[in-house]
Formats: sequence, C-alpha cells, structure tokens
Amino acid sequence: MFNVENIRQDFPILSRKVNGQPLVYFDNAATSQTPQQVIDVIVDYYSNYNANIHRGVHSLSQEATDKYEAARHKIQHHFNAEKAHEIILTSGTTHGINLVASGFTSLLSASDEIIVSALEHHSNIVPWQMLCEKTGATLKVIPMNDEGELVMSAFDELLSDNTKLVFVNHISNALGTINPIEDIIKKAHQVGAAVLIDGAQACPHIKPDVQALDVDFYVASAHKMCGPTGVGMLYGKEKWLNKLPPYQGGGEMIAEVTFEKTTYADLPHKFEAGTPNICGGIAFGAAIDYLNSIGFDTIARYENELLDYATKQLLTIEGLKIYGTSQHKTSVISFNIGTIHPYDIGTIVDKLGIAVRTGHHCAQPIMDYYKIPGTIRASFAFYNTKAEIDKLVNALKKAIEMLS
Amino acid sequence: MTIKEIQEEIIDEFAMFDDWMQRYEYMIELGKSLPLIDEQYKTDDNLIKGCQSKVWVHAELKDNKIVFTADSDAIITKGIVAILIRVFSNQYPKDIIEANTDFIDDIGLKEHLSPTRANGLVSMIKQIKMYAIAYQTQLN
Repeated sequence: MFNVENIRQDFPILSRKVNGQPLVYFDNAATSQTPQQVIDVIVDYYSNYNANIHRGVHSLSQEATDKYEAARHKIQHHFNAEKAHEIILTSGTTHGINLVASGFTSLLSASDEIIVSALEHHSNIVPWQMLCEKTGATLKVIPMNDEGELVMSAFDELLSDNTKLVFVNHISNALGTINPIEDIIKKAHQVGAAVLIDGAQACPHIKPDVQALDVDFYVASAHKMCGPTGVGMLYGKEKWLNKLPPYQGGGEMIAEVTFEKTTYADLPHKFEAGTPNICGGIAFGAAIDYLNSIGFDTIARYENELLDYATKQLLTIEGLKIYGTSQHKTSVISFNIGTIHPYDIGTIVDKLGIAVRTGHHCAQPIMDYYKIPGTIRASFAFYNTKAEIDKLVNALKKAIEMLS
Repeated sequence: MTIKEIQEEIIDEFAMFDDWMQRYEYMIELGKSLPLIDEQYKTDDNLIKGCQSKVWVHAELKDNKIVFTADSDAIITKGIVAILIRVFSNQYPKDIIEANTDFIDDIGLKEHLSPTRANGLVSMIKQIKMYAIAYQTQLN
C-alpha cells in the first residue's frame, strides 16, 4: 500500500529547511532526490570495498567488480535488454548521446539525413549538429504543435531512404509531453534508419522495455532516477555497438596494446575507457531496486494524481497559462503568469522555500516556438504531496501580489 | 559623491528593512519606476544574454565620466541593475576600475550575483568594468 508519508521518511533532504521554510522540492525533472537506501550503498562502498575493478586479483577488487557487474545486470533486467553487454555505463545521458553521435561520424556521408524533434533538450540537438558539421549530413526537425506534441504527419514526410538516424526524447523535459516513440521507431526502421531515444525524463516515471520497443539506442541518467549524479546508461543493440568505433581510448577498453597496434576489448568494455564511476554504477543499481520496490505502476498512478490536482489548482490563478497541454504527459507543468518574467516568480517562491526551475530549460527552440523567454517549471515526483502543491499555489499568489 | 559614498548610502537604506520581503518590495519598486535606457539602445549589441533574464547596458563618455544606462526584462534583475547604475554611472573610469561590489553582499542580494542565477548581472558588472578600462585607455 502506497503511503507518501512513509516514502518521504526515506528521503532525508525532504526534512530540511530552505530560507527558513520547509523545503518543497518541485525540480525533480532537473534531478531527483536520493533515498537513504541509495545513500547507504554509497557509504558502504567507500567504507568497505572501495577498489578499482576488472584488474586486481585481490579480494577487494573482486568484490567491487562483482557489485559493479551486478549493477549492470540490474540495469539490463530493468530495461529488459537481451544481453548485459548491451548496457554501457556512462557518465550520464549527454555522454551516451555523444558516444553514439561520435560513433556515427565514420558511418555517415554528405547525402545522409538525420532527424531530431522540436522538443529536444540541447544535449540532444548539439551533438547531432556537430555530427552534421563533420560529415556534411543534413539535420531535419520534426515540428511541434501548440499543445507541445510532435506533428507526426510531418515526420512521415521527412522520412526517406536518405534518413540514417532519428533522435527523439521519450518525454520532453520542458513540457512533459510523452512522445509516440513506438510509432517513430517503427516508421524509422521501415526506411532503414537507426533510432536513439533519450530517456532521461522518462525513466523516473516509466519502465521502458527496449526489446519490445525494438529501439536501437536508449540513454538515461541515474540522477533523475533517485540515483547519484555522474552516472548513466546507454543501451545499444549488440549489432550497433559492434559497428560503432570506440569513443575514448584508455585503460579497460583494450584487449592488447603494442606501439604498432591496439586491439579493442569486447563489449561493453570497448566503450568504458578508464576507471569508471564504480560507486555511482553500484548506487545506480540500488536506485533501480528502490524504484522497483515501490513499483512503476504505483509511481505513475500517484504522479498522475498529483499532475491532475496541480493542473486544476494552478489554473485557478488568474492569467496563468500552461505550456504543453498534451493528453499524454508526465508530472511536469511548465507555465507563465501574465507578463510576469519567470525569473521574478522563481526568485520570490525560492524565498518561500519552494524549488522550481525557471528559464528556457535547455530547450530554447521550444521557447522560441511559444515566443517566450522561458517558463516556470514545476515537476513532481512520487514523494511530493498535494499539501506541497497548495503551498506552491499560495507562494505564486504572494509573488503575483509583490510583482504586480 | 564617490562610489564608496553611494555604496554606503545604499547599505544604510537597506538597513531599514526588517526582512527579505521588504528588501524585495523595494527592489521591485526600483525596477518598476525607473526608465533606465533609451529604447534605441536596447539593441543586440548592448544585450548581455543570461539563461534566465536579459540585461542591456549602454555607455557613453561625458566630461571624462562614464554615463551608464541599462535595463532588464525581469523586474528584480532590473531593480539590481538600477542599484548598479546608481553606483557606477557618472563616475571616472579609473574609479570604476578600482571599485568593488561587496556592498551587494551587505544589502543581502549576493545570491543574485551567483553564477547559477544566470541572470546577466555578473556579466553586466564585467561589462561595466570593461567599458571603464576601454575609456581609461582612450583618455590616457
């Protein structure tokens, strides 16, 4: 039985004060908070078995290696990847995207086309622009509509035999829209294009099945899933990961090195040069265990309840406009109030102990579409409450009173 | 008045406020009441881009002193811009180069100069100093 008050006990940070007020944390789309269960794993690692992995014959190294590889298996099972070596541990979503983009440099030619969506985070735009600059390939964009949804008929028209890659986020970070990735993957495959899905925003809310999706690459970050920062995962189909050249050179990724020639290690080590974030990887596994112990169905149900409640309450504020009104969205609400600048609102509500994000959310093309400088974004997690939403609404009213 | 004297005057004014709300209300008043820049100077050349809010700064030399005008699209930022203009405008380049901005800390607004705010203010102060250096070089 889901009891939010019990859940909140797992998160020590939720009992702290900010500016003299109890913290209300509504910036979950930027990073999630960390439960004690994950913090304990981090402390345990450094207290008891901190060692470099995959190289020592000593017991400590063996222990750390076993735990690290066990985490990889947890991630594999969570995302339902067929093979453990299809999971590459990265420093996060951005790293995963860059690894794939860099790998495709040698596989693309000037006549090729790459498709991204208008809803992307800068991290899923800039690496592809750089790839296009290097290869001469063309970048095409799936447009969005007023509701913040992708215009799928336009996607159909963009697809052609020249399309080699398609990159879309599973869920938009700025608006919360859940994109129809099943459809996008199927259609992209019909023209022989590979698909990378940026799951950074989706993975805190849903449990993707990479085999059912038939996706070629899927990337995520631990820190948005109650795990630590600086670690994430790239899932790639084995055939693709074998095709791509290594991203970085260094230790761990080699099989044999002489000054004449180096042969690369097998998957996944080919893409894991250097000492990885060992503790982070193990804690990522613990975070996945934690989320699964609550259950993604339960999380989704409760977060939808929060989303509905917050949407209703926020709309009672005169002049409040929500951006991203798709029927298919997660617990993210991006909004503005009249002509008040989001920065001003964010500053006042912070003084009242409420953490929301303001600005363009690293998704400037979306802000340009709506012709606004940015928005205020409140993003909810399963440890938030309706009472906290009421506090937000009251704080916004206070801010409006001060600013107008 | 010297830069130092103006800063002390501002610190005295802010000392009258009991809490953050009064300080912010005052800043919002400053932000609302002052027409800070001539529309013709709100150009891309004068724009300092912050991720959060924009700041425009225009400078000209009059009687060997620099006259700054500036504006922002966010009111609270504009309030701080107004304070900075009060401190640095109509001063000799040499004095601007030598001045510091510690008074922002004293009036409880330090957080707005933190890099995470990305509100253009840090760049604005840098820009003010750059103008001072440029005009100083010109005067030498």
